[in-house]
Amino acid sequence: MTKPIIATASLAGCFGCHMSVLDIDAKILQLIELVEFNKSPIDDIKTFTKPCDVGLIEGGCGNSENVEVLRDFRKNCKALVAVGECAIMGGLPAMRNGIPIQECLEEAYLRCPTVDDKIIPNDEELPISLDKVYPLHEIVKIDYFLPGCPPSADLIWEALTALVGGKPLGLTYNLIKFD
Amino acid sequence: MNKIKFTIDGKECFAEPGQTIMEAAKANGVYIPALCRYEGLKPAGSCRVCTVRVGRGHMAACTQPVAEGMVVENIVPDLEDMRKSLIEMLFVEGNHLCPTCQKSGNCELQALAYRYQMLVPRFPYQFPVRQVEPVGPHLLLEQNRCIQCLRCVRGVKTTDGKAVFGSVKRSGKKKIAFDRDLAAGLSADAAKKAMDQCPVGALLKKEIGFMVPIGKRKFDQKPIGSEFEDKRS
Repeated sequence: MTKPIIATASLAGCFGCHMSVLDIDAKILQLIELVEFNKSPIDDIKTFTKPCDVGLIEGGCGNSENVEVLRDFRKNCKALVAVGECAIMGGLPAMRNGIPIQECLEEAYLRCPTVDDKIIPNDEELPISLDKVYPLHEIVKIDYFLPGCPPSADLIWEALTALVGGKPLGLTYNLIKFD
Repeated sequence: MNKIKFTIDGKECFAEPGQTIMEAAKANGVYIPALCRYEGLKPAGSCRVCTVRVGRGHMAACTQPVAEGMVVENIVPDLEDMRKSLIEMLFVEGNHLCPTCQKSGNCELQALAYRYQMLVPRFPYQFPVRQVEPVGPHLLLEQNRCIQCLRCVRGVKTTDGKAVFGSVKRSGKKKIAFDRDLAAGLSADAAKKAMDQCPVGALLKKEIGFMVPIGKRKFDQKPIGSEFEDKRS
């Protein structure tokens, strides 16, 4: 039997949730027995080479590239999991949601005292910032949500093993935390 | 004195005349989830999290007096889902960034979300634009997290009994406001008391945020309401 295939990505996040995946410590050896990784910063595979079973997404959608990656994941993964507060509700990056994007860019690139060349970056290679940071489920259909900042290694392990093993998700009180 | 006999979810309970359903439930060791209610303050019935069903009617347990023979439904699936949806509405209506909040772990709104295993709200996030305001020398009013439970309006008073907080405007624009002169006179102790009365991280005493480590905060290990449920079993 072939192993379930997992892909991961960090959008508008801090990579803390990926760190939390690595926080499962020695169980990572079991994980490698259990699943195969495809597109992910963990193994540095840049594009999907085959259809995946589970996509773990960290971070919300703050720019056009985030949206593109997220849609690519939706196309290539059977189940998508929003991992962490940013993926679920925008998180810290969403603190800019009450401020017009023009004002954010001016504050960062024109009024910031430590910036030398006071221009707003406008290269066509750069992804365009969205008007606000969106939770993933407002862009594509998300199947599962794992809250936390970051979600604990135990929660990620429980959820992942239940998901690839086809078992129901039994989340105890101590596993669900928003901080 | 004649006790009033009634039932909550089939359990036979007794109440003193004049007691509300909430008070009587507590006396009988039954937990009814609540948010705007605070021990010692006059109930406001503003959050509706304590909604119970009596016959075919829904009522706020914190304001409704018990009547003889009442059959109260409390922990039943449809009411619990309605309560969960109220919690979700409060989450999307403000800017509740738990990872950045000083009250995280001690927050009653968060604790209820944990109790109901809220993984994601069913409603779209509103991301409203709100301000943070200093309230006298010791307090901050974080409007982003305010759920307008009116606990501070009812509970934060000056030494001569004047209310420091009040609510202004109506409907979606309603918010908590305060009297600057009265707020300037609030002592550090009064500020700490105000912070403890606030169920969320909207009223914060300065310089004491994040003092208790993760794992030792009020709701880190046990769900809100478990003190009742432990006693009952």
